[in-house]
Amino acid sequence: MDKFIEIKDVSFSYVNEYEEPPVKNTVLSGVSLEIGRGEFVAVLGHNGSGKSTLAKLLNAINLPETGDIIIEGMNTRDEERLYDIRKTVGMVFQNPDNQIVATVVEEDVAFALENIGVEPDEIRRRVDEALKEVGMYDYREHAPHKLSGGQKQRVAIAGVLAMQPKCIVMDEPTAMLDPIGRREIMDTIKELNAEGVTIILITHYMEEAAQAGRVVVMDSGRILLDGRPKEVFRQAELLKSVGLDVPDVTDLTHMLIKEGIDLPDDIITEDECVEKLYALLKKGG
Amino acid sequence: MIKDITIGQFFPGKSVIHRLDPRIKLLLTVLFIVMLFLAKGFCGLGVGVIYILLAFLLSGIPLKMMLKSLKPIVPIIIFTGILNLFFITQGEPLFEWKFIKITTGGVHTMVFMAARIILLIFGTSLLTYTTSPITLTDAIERVLSPLKVIKFPAHEIAMIMSIALRFIPTLIEETDKIMSAQKARGADMESGNIIHRAKALIPILIPLFVSAFRRAEELALAMECRCYHGGEGRTRLKQLKTAPRDYIALLVTLIFIAAVILLNIFVKI
Repeated sequence: MDKFIEIKDVSFSYVNEYEEPPVKNTVLSGVSLEIGRGEFVAVLGHNGSGKSTLAKLLNAINLPETGDIIIEGMNTRDEERLYDIRKTVGMVFQNPDNQIVATVVEEDVAFALENIGVEPDEIRRRVDEALKEVGMYDYREHAPHKLSGGQKQRVAIAGVLAMQPKCIVMDEPTAMLDPIGRREIMDTIKELNAEGVTIILITHYMEEAAQAGRVVVMDSGRILLDGRPKEVFRQAELLKSVGLDVPDVTDLTHMLIKEGIDLPDDIITEDECVEKLYALLKKGG
Repeated sequence: MIKDITIGQFFPGKSVIHRLDPRIKLLLTVLFIVMLFLAKGFCGLGVGVIYILLAFLLSGIPLKMMLKSLKPIVPIIIFTGILNLFFITQGEPLFEWKFIKITTGGVHTMVFMAARIILLIFGTSLLTYTTSPITLTDAIERVLSPLKVIKFPAHEIAMIMSIALRFIPTLIEETDKIMSAQKARGADMESGNIIHRAKALIPILIPLFVSAFRRAEELALAMECRCYHGGEGRTRLKQLKTAPRDYIALLVTLIFIAAVILLNIFVKI
């Protein structure tokens, strides 16, 4: 995999100027990460671990204090490439209500394209395409406030997708949704990834992270763990020590292992667990 | 419930008036106002009445709605009517008592002005009945965009209006939630005198404001992420196109205006 996103020794801090003297609050310290084209990376971390800050650095909403972020060879400090960077790395936020600009679904999806000056015919084509991709085409003339949370979030994703970004960063896109909405969004994410879009999913649902190809765990502004989900969730003790959890099934299998039941310690999905337990019971019975 | 309220007074439909280009509709409304102010007598206003009745019939808006639009301006009509009645002293005196003097001129002006105001309201109401607020915003942006040359922020104004329209339902929903939350904690909003009730609104307004500011910040961020950088170099998904019906409507309106001018010259009533 070629280097698509390079995060080189990045530090970032917020300065609270209202305090006297100003208080400097370091959020990221010396983070380095490389993300390849087409990867599906989940970023885990409890509140204040710096995961959202990292997301905002990726499309030049914030600039790193030290270090560099290179997106497809473009440094985020390069102001001339600002809109190219934002076209390459799209961003979806937590609350769909606060990302939708227009009063009609299709006009909202068109918003980004209107901003970058795409021709009207091409806008029409790309809006339809993006809406079909997230399965919201039939709702194109609806008012966003009448849609469900999951549908609104899919409209927000379509709005980013219309820019045809190579990477989409999602900052807890499912946090405000009900289980149905969450499943809708996860299905959409997986579909997009299958089509070659690089996905960076910031989440604190372990079950969602388990579906990614790679998991990065952050703690107090540093990268704690980085690896395949199975490798990461195997280290349940370490994760728990930084206030994180492992998927429920992983917890369950670890407990069973402790009781002396012969199971592998890297089970992260329910299907996997069912399969292994079934095999075990069959053997025993 | 509170969520289902309609914004503005748009009356959805597919009539010819609904389908007119919103820019033309704006222009027609302005021309109609000009027509009313050109009319010097009742005959001229009669032309205006015919024009607006015709437009209402074509739009399929129920007459009840038309009368409803007058409700808020009844006090204004009465007020200007009284002023005209007592302060215009031309013409034959009809009634005199101490310093009060009512003349034919006064009565004439009163009726004339009231009719003009009523027609004015009908015209502008027809515009808002047949054009959705967002289309209207769009039309205003495009009509005003030539003024960008003199640094008039046409795009910004339209953007502010459309975001406001977008967030009205969201904020209403939010108000509903906050009210429920405060009621659940024992807030009493329905009893007491007016001062008491106004005070009871404070615990609703403050959280609402805080949340509105937070929403604004997040929205700004999301807009920036989607490459928003003002109106410069912006294209639009929906292009407004004028159709033959727009020119016909314009022509008809101009004929009516010509009729008013001719009546002014030849009839003088």
